[in-house]
Amino acid sequence: MIVAKQKPIDEIIQGLGNARRILVAGCNECVTVCESGGKKQVAVLASALRMYFMTHGKEVKIDEITLERQCDVEYLEELRKIIDQYDIVLSLACGVGVQFLAEKYMTTSVLPGVDTCFMGVTEQRGVWTERCQGCGQCILATTGGICPVSRCAKRLFNGPCGGSTRGKCEIDKDLDCAWQLIINRLKELGRLDDYELLIPIKDWSKERAGGPRKIVREDVQ
Amino acid sequence: MYVVGCMEGSCQFTTGNLRARKRVEQARTLLEAIGVGGDRVQIFNLASSEAPRFVEIAEEMTRKILALGPNPIRTRKKMAA
Repeated sequence: MIVAKQKPIDEIIQGLGNARRILVAGCNECVTVCESGGKKQVAVLASALRMYFMTHGKEVKIDEITLERQCDVEYLEELRKIIDQYDIVLSLACGVGVQFLAEKYMTTSVLPGVDTCFMGVTEQRGVWTERCQGCGQCILATTGGICPVSRCAKRLFNGPCGGSTRGKCEIDKDLDCAWQLIINRLKELGRLDDYELLIPIKDWSKERAGGPRKIVREDVQ
Repeated sequence: MYVVGCMEGSCQFTTGNLRARKRVEQARTLLEAIGVGGDRVQIFNLASSEAPRFVEIAEEMTRKILALGPNPIRTRKKMAA
């Protein structure tokens, strides 16, 4: 899932500027799971903003809505009839949702309420870690399900660097060396021979480095 | 406002009071950031048999809140009315 973190409230307040009619829009998907932009976070943030504006003597209308997703047109359409009532939409969706909302409602200002960070997993409540960078050329089949692109600090493709020490990465003693994890996993799978296979040079143009990407599936159009 | 929880280590729900402390800290940070004042909410831990301590806490919070003055939101509402 996409993992995001809510922006500091003072940054959000600054971004709202002189808006007097605000819609706080959450998303029921990834940001709900990482507890940064779901219905509960929308309610807490809207309440905090109401209290802030009341404390500062400003009359501001703040409404709340949580859409199923903000990355699909069908759900964004739910705003069609109400969006003109607002000066600004404070969207707690990930960057994808914020942008799509802005595209669909060109005459309404949209403010992001979260910082979108990475694609990752919930290791335990309150702890999320990165697992995927969307490189466009998945090699997890050969690395026992552990990604050297997202989990190796140097994105190495054929074994650890000289800095790998006791299974930890040289950049942080608490960070597992991805290649140590890969070796351990391949051992458990009885596939340590795969470690000897050379992974070919990656086509990095398939990654974001090659520019904004697009996928077209004619079979489902 | 004050939140009262069981002594740490004695929670019937094991970690309920520990989680409550984190929630209260979160609320304090938010209230401070929006200008209402984080000191207006606090959490205390005591056993259900410690009635005198409960009274002490009530008196302590009363003194603190009186010193902080009225909630700025309430003040603003009165001025607007």
